[in-house]
Amino acid sequence: MMSTESTAIDRSGTPLVEMRNITKTFGGVRAVDDVSINLYPGEVVGLLGHNGAGKSTLIKILSGAYRADSGEILVDGQKADIGSPRDARNYNIETIYQTLALADNLDAASNLFLGRELTNRMGIVDDATMEAETRKIMSRLNPNFRKFAAPVKSLSGGQRQSVAISRAVYFNARILIMDEPTAALGVQETEMVSELIQELKKQGLGIFLIDHDIHQVMRMCDRASVMKNGELVGTVNVADVTEDDLLGMIILGKNPGKAA
Amino acid sequence: MTDAAKSQSGTRKRSLFEQLELDTRLLGMIGAFIVLALVFNVFTDGRFLTPRNIFNLTIQTVSVAIMATGMVFVIVTRHIDLSVGSLLATCSALMAMTQTMVAPEWLGLGLNHPLTAPLAILVGIVCGAAIGAFHGMLIGYLAIPAFIVTLGGLLVWRNVAWYLTSGQTIGPLDENFLLFGGIGGTLGETWSWIVGIVAVAFSLFALWQARRNKLAHDFPVKPLWAEVLVALIITAMILGFIALLNAYEIPTARLERMFEARGETMPEGHSAGYGIPYSVLLLAVVAIVMTVTARKTRLGRYIFATGGNPDAAELSGINTRMLTVKVFAIMGVLCALAALVASARLTFHSNDIGTLDELRVIAAAVIGGTALSGGIGTIYGAILGALIMQSLQSGMAMVGVDAPLQNIVVGSVLVLAVLVDIFYRKRTGAE
Repeated sequence: MMSTESTAIDRSGTPLVEMRNITKTFGGVRAVDDVSINLYPGEVVGLLGHNGAGKSTLIKILSGAYRADSGEILVDGQKADIGSPRDARNYNIETIYQTLALADNLDAASNLFLGRELTNRMGIVDDATMEAETRKIMSRLNPNFRKFAAPVKSLSGGQRQSVAISRAVYFNARILIMDEPTAALGVQETEMVSELIQELKKQGLGIFLIDHDIHQVMRMCDRASVMKNGELVGTVNVADVTEDDLLGMIILGKNPGKAA
Repeated sequence: MTDAAKSQSGTRKRSLFEQLELDTRLLGMIGAFIVLALVFNVFTDGRFLTPRNIFNLTIQTVSVAIMATGMVFVIVTRHIDLSVGSLLATCSALMAMTQTMVAPEWLGLGLNHPLTAPLAILVGIVCGAAIGAFHGMLIGYLAIPAFIVTLGGLLVWRNVAWYLTSGQTIGPLDENFLLFGGIGGTLGETWSWIVGIVAVAFSLFALWQARRNKLAHDFPVKPLWAEVLVALIITAMILGFIALLNAYEIPTARLERMFEARGETMPEGHSAGYGIPYSVLLLAVVAIVMTVTARKTRLGRYIFATGGNPDAAELSGINTRMLTVKVFAIMGVLCALAALVASARLTFHSNDIGTLDELRVIAAAVIGGTALSGGIGTIYGAILGALIMQSLQSGMAMVGVDAPLQNIVVGSVLVLAVLVDIFYRKRTGAE
């Protein structure tokens, strides 16, 4: 099982990314309340919790969609100022959103390079080179991918997800945020994505995985951080806990006392 | 037959149109346009498809077509602009005042000074860009819906124009400015052919470049015969259009006056065609610039991405607020250019110039295949849409259809066109 691999993760050095005492309120509601989490290279950390537990808000602060009211973010031990998605990208933080990731009316290459188009000296978009690059990376990630000219609207869920993931990989992401990457996928496509995650892990990326499926988290993650009502219940080594322990944390907010 | 064999024969039997990789939607619109033209031609005893009428149709379409190209960007980003007709009026008023008051009197340039027209056009463009950008700021940064901002703009700018001019007609306009009015300013036969040949050469070069580019990256290309056929069609269309415009001959009496003005006498039996009007040339330049912007620049890519999925665009680091400002500023500039053509065609600024143009412009863009849900639209579609609308209107006028019936038909056609488009998208989307 994957759990054996979690022992191989070296957590003695500086974390890849660290979020310290993050708080964010929306009109009096504490969506995130003094939460601290971290992530080491080659590690997958699951973020668990009910809808409205605050995990999406927390992750949107890291990806630059929201700004925290207080607390700080450190990347490689250095304080990072992330005020926009562009800033996040400059720190090699890439986010794969469950639904909002792609512009449906554009083709795979345009989506892959969205916001970072390759242009020639005259500022003209170089579609041919972008498509060639897309074909190159797709042949690595999803060799069956053929529909390069079609708008991504016509792609299957798995194909769309591979476009989203290829985008992160192409731009040398070091920190990857995945928001329910397999929620809309069939069994085979889920398998494809989880293999991809193992591959990225081997390359030393750190991955935050938001998922509702405890099974999935037990299978793919090294550690799990559980949130409830905006607060952090605790962070545990997945290998040390049972599914019931995790469920207890999510539903009751009860820490099994094996915090990592 | 095995599945493999079936699919193989399937690929071999790809239809002619598929091999040509033409836009079937465009073909449908051209087909509708041709049918329309033929029907009117029958009902007008052949008066509809004469060089004279086609020439007039073209120059009547220009003003709306110029604005329709900008409306494509506005609608693609999921906005709307109801103020274009009023904005045209304000730009027209300012340009007219520049020509009749500012340049000749305040600056002391006198009448018909060569600097007057460029100055007036510049004033119009700056004014259009500023008002458009202002609309864009209200929409993008203050999050007021575009419908409301431009509905307000519809009232405001119409009456700013009225206030500025005290409701008076302003003219006569500068004679160089009037060159953009259509029949009063044409290239003549020789220059028209030169422009046509340059356009053909440029198109062929672009086709060849695109093919070479694809081959360089080992992408599939269409068969050479298909490429050649497309090239031939484009060449025939450009040169045919120019031949038509050249075939409309300047009346003998007018030619005589032109010769007299130069101090010459006209040789016996001399004739000359009008050729391409400057206004049509302006539209062509606008169309090319807008198409290149839409397809080949980051700005265009961001416009379509934002229309397709605003959240994805924002999360990709695109500044969608600034983008809104830019889109409306472009719309404003195009309103100014349309004002140039419209007021030059009238030869004066009138208080009601551009009234109801917003509806014509939106209709042209929508008939041309721009989806109000955003993300989809083409520049050439909008221009063709404007041409179809104008043909309907003037065709019915020629046949002698009553004015109320004309508008009833145009309105119905708009709704019908969108319905056909919905069916078309459903069918192609299901493939």
